[in-house]
Amino acid sequence: MEVISPSGPVWLIFLLPLIAFAVIFLLIKPLNKPKLASFISIIAVLGSLALSTWLLFSLLSSPEHELTVPSLNWLVVGGAINIQFGLILDSLTVVMLMVVTVVSLLVQIYSQGYMRGDPGYHRYFALMSLFTASMLGLVMASDLLVLFVFWELVGLCSYLLIGFWFQRPAAANAAKKAFIVTRFGDLGFLAAILVLFSQTGTLDIAQLHGLAAAGVLGGAVLTWVAIGIFLGAVGKSGQFPLHVWLPDAMEGPTPVSALIHAATMVAAGVFLVARMYPLFEHSPTALLTVATIGGVTAIFAATMAMVMTDIKRVLAYSTISQLGYMMLGLGVGGITIGIFHLFNHAFFKALLFLSAGSVNHATGTFDMRRMGGLKRIMPWTYATFLVASLSIVGIWPLAGFWSKEEILATSLESQPLLFYLALITVFLTAFYMFRIVFLTFGGQYRGDTKPHESSRVMVIPMVVLAVLAVGSGWVNVTGGFDQFLGHGEGHSFAQGFFGALAHPLAWLSQVFAAGGIFLAYAIYSARWLSAERIRRRFFPVYKLLSNKYWFDELYENILVRGILLNRFFAGLKFFDSRGVDGAVNRIADTVVTVGQTSRKVQTGQLQLYGMFIVLGILAIILAMYFTG
Amino acid sequence: MTLGLEHYLVLSVVLFSIGLYGALARRSAVIILMSIEIMLNAANIALVAFSRYVVPGLLTGQVFTIFSIVVGAAEVTVGLAIIIAIYRRRETIDVTKINLMKW
Amino acid sequence: MEFSYLSLIIFLPLAGALVIALTPGLSARLVRYIAAIFTLVPLVVSLVLFALFDRSSDAAGVMQFEEIMSWIPAIDANYHLGVDGLSLPLVLLTTLIGFLVVLISWKVGLRVRQYFAWLLLLETSILGVFCSLDLLLFFFFWEVEIIPMYFLIVIWGSGRKEYSAIKYVVYTLFGSALMLAGILSLYFATGSFNMIELSQGGLAMIQSILPIAPIFFLLLAGFAVKLPVFPFHTWLPDAHTDAPTAVSVVLAGTLIKMGGYGMIRICLGILPEVARDFAPLLLALAVVNVVYGAAVTLKQTDIKRLIAYSSISHMGFVLLGVFALGELSITGAGLQMFSHGIITGLLFAVAGIVMHNTGERTIGKLGGLAKQMPVVAAIFIIGSLGAMAVPSTSGFVAEVSVFLGAFSSDAVWGVRIFTAICLIGVILAAAYVLWLVQRVFFGPARGKFDGVADASKLEKAYCAVFVAVIFLVGIYPAILTDVLKTGIAPIANLFGG
Repeated sequence: MEVISPSGPVWLIFLLPLIAFAVIFLLIKPLNKPKLASFISIIAVLGSLALSTWLLFSLLSSPEHELTVPSLNWLVVGGAINIQFGLILDSLTVVMLMVVTVVSLLVQIYSQGYMRGDPGYHRYFALMSLFTASMLGLVMASDLLVLFVFWELVGLCSYLLIGFWFQRPAAANAAKKAFIVTRFGDLGFLAAILVLFSQTGTLDIAQLHGLAAAGVLGGAVLTWVAIGIFLGAVGKSGQFPLHVWLPDAMEGPTPVSALIHAATMVAAGVFLVARMYPLFEHSPTALLTVATIGGVTAIFAATMAMVMTDIKRVLAYSTISQLGYMMLGLGVGGITIGIFHLFNHAFFKALLFLSAGSVNHATGTFDMRRMGGLKRIMPWTYATFLVASLSIVGIWPLAGFWSKEEILATSLESQPLLFYLALITVFLTAFYMFRIVFLTFGGQYRGDTKPHESSRVMVIPMVVLAVLAVGSGWVNVTGGFDQFLGHGEGHSFAQGFFGALAHPLAWLSQVFAAGGIFLAYAIYSARWLSAERIRRRFFPVYKLLSNKYWFDELYENILVRGILLNRFFAGLKFFDSRGVDGAVNRIADTVVTVGQTSRKVQTGQLQLYGMFIVLGILAIILAMYFTG
Repeated sequence: MTLGLEHYLVLSVVLFSIGLYGALARRSAVIILMSIEIMLNAANIALVAFSRYVVPGLLTGQVFTIFSIVVGAAEVTVGLAIIIAIYRRRETIDVTKINLMKW
Repeated sequence: MEFSYLSLIIFLPLAGALVIALTPGLSARLVRYIAAIFTLVPLVVSLVLFALFDRSSDAAGVMQFEEIMSWIPAIDANYHLGVDGLSLPLVLLTTLIGFLVVLISWKVGLRVRQYFAWLLLLETSILGVFCSLDLLLFFFFWEVEIIPMYFLIVIWGSGRKEYSAIKYVVYTLFGSALMLAGILSLYFATGSFNMIELSQGGLAMIQSILPIAPIFFLLLAGFAVKLPVFPFHTWLPDAHTDAPTAVSVVLAGTLIKMGGYGMIRICLGILPEVARDFAPLLLALAVVNVVYGAAVTLKQTDIKRLIAYSSISHMGFVLLGVFALGELSITGAGLQMFSHGIITGLLFAVAGIVMHNTGERTIGKLGGLAKQMPVVAAIFIIGSLGAMAVPSTSGFVAEVSVFLGAFSSDAVWGVRIFTAICLIGVILAAAYVLWLVQRVFFGPARGKFDGVADASKLEKAYCAVFVAVIFLVGIYPAILTDVLKTGIAPIANLFGG
């Protein structure tokens, strides 16, 4: 593999934001210069973006689409372990680098407006920089353990940013929940790392790929390793059944949701599966698991999105659903299909969140029942939100169309059942997205504040993202993206910009999407159907969905509190204080009691003791005398 | 009649027994202390006597005795000091009444 | 013979203690400065040793900075000191914590002279344990430590301090009595107190028909009480809860490490065959320590008691690493001892600041403190991250080395199952740490804590040292692993690498 030169700037891609974090935290914060903090953070990520672009072009011009840098020793213990801190510079990395730096840059510019005046302004930008650095490190790491390091660090940043407004108990709770639930997934990931290490003695990703390809790593072990890794991805990407943390994570500031909980960190699970894809490839069981969990999650989350009244929660379930699509794409197709949707989704979903944040800025609420009529008041926000919605629904020729069609097309070939689930999800997606559009922007304003369009610093990033939400999908119109990622024949389900419409499947999905939009229009805009009546008619279903299938209750109240904390752990504590420590104290008490009784023999009369000593001596003398 | 080793030993035994009786039977701390001194001196007599009659050339016993006397003097000093201290606090030197540390 | 670095390190705190105790009329202020100087110099000297230490592979298994003098010739007991890669990090840890606890104790106002004299004596005894290469000397230092601990808890403690102090003394003596029996049995069996000779000679030196398994368990008893290993752990929460802050820091930071050190150096180094035979049993206990300790931690309501129970769980990882008998796992155990010393030391120090400034120690009655004491909150959160082994902290490197090492070790039967169960401890750790942080620092600010002081300059300074070490080891673990490997490789070789 070709060594890129100079290699220093490549390291700077993730070091720049890291330096920004340290500078803001240690130097700027004591000076109390909020503006400066945000500029440092933005300049750092701008630098990373520039370097990533440079890397992209270097990679495009290299024949293998893969470069390398000399790695550093990180954890080396004799012959027992050798963990290298190196970087993988392949097409997958560079795609992720572009996504992360672009979205991070735009979100941070937007945050300058959104977070203005917040007492935690420094902390916000410091953590955003740390997150960006960790995320960039995650996508570049060449060793599975180093990847895990960054994997945990993005989780940590997510924890700190969800709990950014820590005075709010809901935010503090959500942060804790997010960390612990994802840790369950990480347990699988860690277990997979342990198995891999004990089987192969290395954690270098390229070597692992080689071992899997050579068949050294195979059979049941490989399947279990793949499933363990996937478990990590399930936790991070909010897949069923570890999806419960993501909706709650909306307690964080909205730009955080846009960057971390929509575009990048939650997609890290998808990235991980893609990164370790050569392992999955050799295990049909693992691939089927990925596809099934993805397909089920897609429709499962979409159903819940239909009934939420909080605009961010709808978007959160939508994210879970779209991540399900990506998993499905990985499971049935390959790296390209999943990552292509990740790529497009990052832009339009970040935009949706930023628009929702803009709406929140104007109305002071996330509750859609107190919005409405914002179309006229906030034209830019409306326009960008509409574009993003059409994109996520998959309307030709917007970005979402191209990747979603790929997923549908490939799943139809291999897993028809999952295809039908995905197709129904298209309908559901269209419905809940346009439910937001009509409730928020259509009709009359129902709140009691005076809304206004957001400032330019917030609108401009949204417009840029809108452009991307329209056009990001066009990179694969002729299979260019697939060729770049797949190192070979470019593939696209239908050739050409208009050629796509020649495909019957495209029409099928357009019909489903239009149906969803029409139903939302009928209920929430034209009001031909009463939402209230439908709710009453299908009350059990509504109850099931609005209570999120009671998963939170099952996990928190029954499993964690009911069984573990209040019974099992409380029992152990009782055992510890009464059983173990009780035994210790009982032994001590017994000794004391024996002493209390036996010390009565000691009268304390020294002269009596002397008497006994003399008598004893006499007895000994006599005994010696008589025995001779 | 010449004085032999036996005479000294008998004297020593008599003195020791008197001291022992005093130490074990009397209640006054001062008398107990005096009795202990008598026992100590009884031992000293025995030491010197043995030294004189058993190994006449050497002065081992005498040296021992000097040590013993010095130690005895130190002991009396400390002992009396303690007794005086106790008397000042408790106005008694009856050993059966000094039972502060008894259970 | 070269300069006696080790004697200097060991006995300077003692000299400081004597100066403080014997010089009449010292002001409290002067006493603090004397204590600071007499602990700072050993820290500097041990840093010099750390720099001078030969890390090359030729140095594996060789004691460095050795000193030897005849002590009790009749039984061939020597004043024999030396450090290798295993003990040097612990010596450094002890001198570092020794200096920092003097700063942590700056606010102590009761019987200042006596307090610092005991504190310095404590440091001397712990350092002596880590440097001794003679079993009798080892035992001597091991026992000396009990005396200052008793007085420190019973005079400057809080709550049921008399109970806790006595419990500590009796429990420790119980363990060390058995250990002494073990040391003597070893002596009568081999005729040597020399740890180097014993580990090199191995069991070939045993001349009598004394069974060696009981010797192993006698020795282990002392270490198991100290580490502590379930079910001998209940003294620890009591001692921590009632001890003054600085003593908790020493106890968690360095004292309990004597147990882990002893296990590696003596149980593994001298009696490897027995260690291998009984490793599954001890691994099972390690699992209990990790999981049971963490489960009980989750139900604690007192801030210091919670941290104390978390120590039990973390020490389980040490036990796991030690008795997995692999090179990486034992290295991980060494890292974990160092890392836990710093992290838990920091947590106790910050908990002490919180308790001192708010006058409250029940978790349920605290809350929202991140508003009133932002710096304390930030530092505590960093310590917490270490405690739940977030990457870039030393805790991660340590735990992941233990896990990787234990799981890939093939010296012991069933080690993978035990390791896999221990993974649960990672989740539980996140749960109790985050729960603690949330209950104490997050949530709405409470009016009753308005005006509570944040960390003072001095407090910020010593916390910064802890934080710096946590990240230094977490980001650049080679700083310790390069040293540890020279000490651990020869021990791991006894088990076939």
